[in-house]
This record gives sequence, structure tokens and C-alpha cells, in this order.
Amino acid sequence: MAAEPILEMRGICKSFPGVRALDHVDLTVQRGEVHAIVGENGAGKSTLMKILAGAYTKDEGEILFNGSPVEIYNPLEAQALGIAIIYQEFNLAPHLSAAANIFIGREPRARFLGLIKRRKIREDARRLFEQLGADIDPAEEVGRLSVCCQQITEIARALSMASSALIMDEPTSALPEAEVQMLFDVIRRLKSQGVTILYISHNIDEVFEITDTITVLRDGKRIGTRPAADLDREQVVHMMVGRTIEETERREGVQFGDEVLRVEGLCRDDVLQDISFFLRRGEILGIAGLLGSGRTELLRCLFGADRKTSGKVYVDGHPCDIRHPIDGVRSGMGFMPEDRKQQGLFLGLATRENVTAASLGTVARFGLVNRLAERGMVDGYIKSLDIRVSSQEQKAVNLSGGNQQKVVLARWLALRPKVLLLDDPTRGIDVGARAAIHDLIVSLADQGVGIVFVSSELPEVLKISDRILAIADGQIMGEFTHDEATQEKIMLCATGAAVRS
Amino acid sequence: MTTAVPPDEVATATTMEGREEKVVSLWSRLKRLFSFREAGILFVLIALCVILSIVAPRFLTLRNVTNVVRQFSVIAIMSVGMTYVIITAGIDLSVGSIIALSGCMTAWFLVEGYPIWLSVLIGLALGALTGIVNGLLIVKVRLAPFIATLGTMGIARGLVLALTMGYPIQPFPEAFEVIGRGYLGPIPIPVVIMTVVVIAGHIFLSRTTIGRYIYYVGSNPTAARLSGLNVGRILILVYTVAGLLSGLAAVVLVSRLTSAQSNMGTGWELDAIAAVVIGGTSLAGGEGSVLGSLIGAALMGVIKNALILLGVNVYWQSVVIGIVIVLAVALDAWRQSRRPV
Repeated sequence: MAAEPILEMRGICKSFPGVRALDHVDLTVQRGEVHAIVGENGAGKSTLMKILAGAYTKDEGEILFNGSPVEIYNPLEAQALGIAIIYQEFNLAPHLSAAANIFIGREPRARFLGLIKRRKIREDARRLFEQLGADIDPAEEVGRLSVCCQQITEIARALSMASSALIMDEPTSALPEAEVQMLFDVIRRLKSQGVTILYISHNIDEVFEITDTITVLRDGKRIGTRPAADLDREQVVHMMVGRTIEETERREGVQFGDEVLRVEGLCRDDVLQDISFFLRRGEILGIAGLLGSGRTELLRCLFGADRKTSGKVYVDGHPCDIRHPIDGVRSGMGFMPEDRKQQGLFLGLATRENVTAASLGTVARFGLVNRLAERGMVDGYIKSLDIRVSSQEQKAVNLSGGNQQKVVLARWLALRPKVLLLDDPTRGIDVGARAAIHDLIVSLADQGVGIVFVSSELPEVLKISDRILAIADGQIMGEFTHDEATQEKIMLCATGAAVRS
Repeated sequence: MTTAVPPDEVATATTMEGREEKVVSLWSRLKRLFSFREAGILFVLIALCVILSIVAPRFLTLRNVTNVVRQFSVIAIMSVGMTYVIITAGIDLSVGSIIALSGCMTAWFLVEGYPIWLSVLIGLALGALTGIVNGLLIVKVRLAPFIATLGTMGIARGLVLALTMGYPIQPFPEAFEVIGRGYLGPIPIPVVIMTVVVIAGHIFLSRTTIGRYIYYVGSNPTAARLSGLNVGRILILVYTVAGLLSGLAAVVLVSRLTSAQSNMGTGWELDAIAAVVIGGTSLAGGEGSVLGSLIGAALMGVIKNALILLGVNVYWQSVVIGIVIVLAVALDAWRQSRRPV
């Protein structure tokens, strides 16, 4: 006889203005398991979990917790049941200690004047960290902790509020590779203590490593639930996306054109030191480096977003003095920033306006915008890049991550750049859209655009780059052609050892 | 500016010859006409006018309507410039003081016997100059717009006081008074000037490249810079326009009065801001329209007129306007919160 599931959600429906986020979704979670909720961006995973955590209220459907029906109208009610959620973006006060953060708003107070019992807080925090198997000093200022430790602090807080079921929303999105294992150790420990964990992710490899059961959502509907052992990667991708994805292959035997970009001795304060490299037409140059290695700073300096201290840059053989993005654009460069929401998009404006932001002059005469020409141009890019929008007027904030990225790409394509600088273009984008973007990058290179492509995901860099530079501490540590490159060699350079290829 | 226009519902109909033709239903055409962003506030204005014409029959007379429109035309002109500023997520507190500065300087030159065109030009130039100073303080010195314009507000007012020593400047040559008191047919000249400014301001903002850049800068200045836009130049431009239009408003105002006083325009910056906010422009920047601000100014003008016609104590005007502002902003906040993010 099967044990009673700890949680059952039946027929859950939720709509927002203009969007049906969840359509009769069922979910059954067994006690003590690590259950993954997987799907593309916009599939409804966060929405479903937020309903469980009390952040949203369902429109229809019922929830059974430990066999009895419950209504969850706010987070406090969820916590009373023993359910807490850990969000992707941390809600920590950086200047307070870890212990203080854990008990924020719920501090145990002495009867005398209601003063906060500091020692009790520290002791309780220490106990929680022990339970999680983490070596964190409760008195340490949270802002000084590593990202992983901050996350564990968040987990400790959730645990102290509710210990039956923890929901983790994309827990590894902020973590560098090395620290992901630390998180997984904590999860395994929690599991051994009988805590049920709901794990939202679109990273399929992780899901196979740490979870027991996988539920796949697509477009607000539940596609299937199976034990992780019964599935393989392709099947999950197929369920997520509804079709099989063909991985982009690097082009073979391509002839590159003339040199389109040459950088000599580029320096910027102590952030970039003596960077030199070249790029040919039609070539994809991958730049691999860890966070803080200077890879973003390099692209920004080239484009003019930041000022270089010294060094020379040549585009198409002409020396260029680039001090401001205006210069970068004039020299024929385009730049897609790492953080598309904060730096790339005009969220409140229409898709059409986002696309033409850099090239408005080309559809205007005597300073007056030609609406018809503009619409035609934007239509062209919507078709050629397969941007899914309900209309050109749809606001950028309402687009999915992958489509938003395509909009930013379209902005630069409209200028027919010679060089495209892409900073982590597939960050936060799910499998289906990722492959589409890789395809676009390769086809752009085929058309003769020189591409500099920064990413922290080595497999991605290896897959589509023609040549790879490894960067660490603001210096180029190694250069590899596609054939020579291996993950190990690049990782070695990126962690600081200079290698001559 | 970007209207969330629902796509036309397209139906296929068969013409007499049997060919299929796409027909846009009349209903969806009507829906599109009324879904533009200013529809809500325009409806409120029209409703108010209708109610008023029933409750106070004197409202709808030609004389009263002409007066009302002439009254709010000065604020309306100021609010066009303020619209530009607020779309960039900034604010300009100095426009009230610019009214005094430009107005008194124009008056002074007139009284000293200089030609009208020169005196007017000087008034406009002073307004523009103050705007440039605001822009430079914000862009080069990197002061917050609130602080920068608060400073110029005080400086400008102080200059006027120093100049006039508190005495009114008068009298003006009769020819000058045409601007404020003359008519073009049945329409007062201030109204003509307001109409021209509003139309030009609207077209510039919604149809030109630079107008569009203003929206980009307001929506996300970082992204604007990274898209190759000269954010600094655009900001200096909007504050200059705000100053220039305030200078123009000053000229119109002064020519209606018999003298120019150093306390002119005190507090009018808040009226201009109110008109813009009531008209649907968000203080957060990135959206808004000149037409909306015109409706906002008109609404405030009609409300003031209503209170007078109904014999309400003049001091209640501020209370009512204040309530209208709060309601308008609350409505805007509610609309924003309904967006699925």
C-alpha cells in the first residue's frame, strides 16, 4: 500500500490579465522526496509553487496537505502548515548578521521591555546551521558571506519557519559551479531528516543529479510526472518543449574573412591588463572566464560603455577611439549586455520601440519617424528571428526571456554591425530558446559578422566557438582553437594558470 | 505614449463577387478609438463639463468658456515642457520662478523702451537659459533633478526680487498687450499660442526621433546609453524646453496683467506638475503624452471655474485640486499594478 502523499494539488487554475498561467494542473508529492518541477520560462512552475506558498491565491482547484483539504490565502497560513518557499532572489539584509536575518520579524523577545534575546537567536541559528551541515558563523555579516552561504542562510530561515515542505525556486541560478555541490549536500541532508523538497528548475542536468521525481509543465499544463530514474535528458526536453531539439553544431571548415577587429594592449585601471587579440569576419570567438574575471569589463571597454585607460582598437583596420557607446555604434559594433532587464530592455515600451532603439534614424526622414517603414522593419525581424509576440505593440516586460533576448539582438542587427559583442546571451533562458539563439549566432557568423561571445557555461562556449580565449584576473590566460579546446584545459586557464596552447 | 491597442478583430466576409475580403468590424474600430490612453481622463473632463452645464447654466456661455480656456492656457503651456521633463523621470521645480524671472525681465525691457520683439526674446532666452543651467546641473554635476531645480527655483526668484526690489514693473506699451488680451477671430490669442505649442509639442514628442529618444531615456537610461543614445544631451534638451516654454508662458501672462510683480508664478510649478500627472504621465518616467497634460490642465481649469460658479469659497480650490491629484495618481498606480509582470 502506497504511503499517503504529503501534498496533492488537484485541478489548479490561475489566470492573470491576458495570461492563463495554470490550466487544471495536478501535482502529487510523496513525503520526504525531492520533487522537481521542470519547464520552460513561462510554463507556470513558479506560479504553481507560489500558490502553494501562499504568495498567490488559486482561481480554481483544491489542495490537500497530509490528506486534509486546506485553503492557503497568505504566506503565514502556508508556514502554519509547514510550507515555506525560498525565492530565487534573496531577501536578506546584507548588514545584519546571518542569525539576525534568520529570525527577522520573529525575534524572540524578553519580557523585560521586549528586548531582543540576542544570545538565543545566535544559539538557534547555530543549531540550524548544524542541522544543515553548514559551517557558517551565525554572527557573520550576511553581506560578507559567499552566495552559497547566503542561500543556506535563506534555507535556514525557511526551515525555522516551516519544516514539512520547502520549495526552492531556481536555487542554483545564482551559484557558481563549485558551490552547487554544497547546496546539494544540504538538500540531501534535509531529505534524510524527512523534509520534503520541491525543486523548481529549468536546468535538466541538475535535476537528474539531485531529485527523485520529475514533473514537467508546459504552457500552464502538466505534461507528465515520472521517477527521475525512468527518464533521460532527451525525454524531459521533449516534454518541456513539445518537440526534439537539435543541438547547434559548430560549422566545419568555414573560411573566415579579413580581420575585422584587432585589440592591442587594452588596459583599464586594474580590471583589464594588456589584452590583445584579433577577430576575423565570420568568426565566433568565445571568451571563457569565471565571474569577476574581467570578461564583461572587456566587452564593455571595447564597446565604449566604460573608458579604457590605454590600448588600441582597430575595426576593419582603422584605428578607433571609443569612449562612449555612441563611438562603439559608429565603429560598427553592437553590444548585448549581461543583464538584459536592467541594461538592455525598455520594459515599459513596446516591442517595436525596443527593436528600433538604436536604428531609429534609418526609418526617419528629416527627423520624423516613418511609422510604416518602422513597422515593416520590425515585422521583418520578428519573422526572421521568430520572436513570439502577440503584436509589435506588446510591451517588452510581457515577453519571455528568450524572446526578450531576441528583441535586443534584433536591435543590433538593424544596424548591420561588423562586430557583435554578446555578454552571456543565454543566461536565464531555457533549453528551447537557447538552441534558437545559438542557431541565430551561427547564422550571423555565416553572414560575415564577427562575434565575440562571453559565457560562463563551458559546454556552450565549446559548442559554437571557432576559437576560445580563457580570461582570468583581467588577463588572457590561454587561447585555443575549437579542435584543441577541452573543458579541462579551459578551466585550468580560467582558474589562473597561464597555458600556451 | 504607447497605447495598448488591441489588434483589430478581423473577420472574413464574402463580397458580392464571392471573393473573400477582410472586414474590420465596426465595433472593434470603435473600441480602438476609445482605448487610447487619454480616453479615461478625457471622459472625466467631458462628464464634468456636462454635469456643470446642467447644474450651473452660466458655464456653457461663450464668455465663460472663453475665459476658462484663456485662464488655463498659461499652465497648459508650462505643462507641455513639464511633460517632457517628467517623461525622463525627472522634475522641474523652477518653472514658477522662471515665470517671475522672464516675466519681470521682459517687463523691465519694455518699460525701458526696448522694442517688443526684443523684450519678448529676452524673456524666452532667460527661460531657456535657466533650463540649460538645470540640465547642466543634472547631467554634468550629477545633481538629482529635484535638488537641482529646487536650487534654481530659489536663485531665479532671488534674482527677481533683487532686480525689482519688490516693486511692480509697469506700464506696458499698448501694442504688447495684444498678446494677452487680443483675439484671433473669436479665439483669445493666449489660446491660439497654447494650441500651437500643444500641437507642436505633441508632434515633436510622438513623431520625431528625438521625441522617441526622450521616452527611451525615461524608460531606462542605462539601456538608452548602451543603445548609442546621447542621454546627457537629451536631458539638457528637455529641461531647456521646459524653461523656454515657461518663459513663453510668462510673456503671455504678463501681457494680460497691467504690471509685472516679483511674486508671479509662485507655486505654479505644482500646478504644472499636477496637470501632467492628472493627464496620465507617470512620475516614474517612460510614458505620457502632451495631449494628456492638456486635458489635465483643462480639467483643473474647469474645476476651478466650477467652484467659482457654484459660489464655493476660493480656498477650497486647493483642497479639491489636491484630491483630484491623489485620485489621478492612485488610478495610475492601480493601472500599473494590473500589468502581469
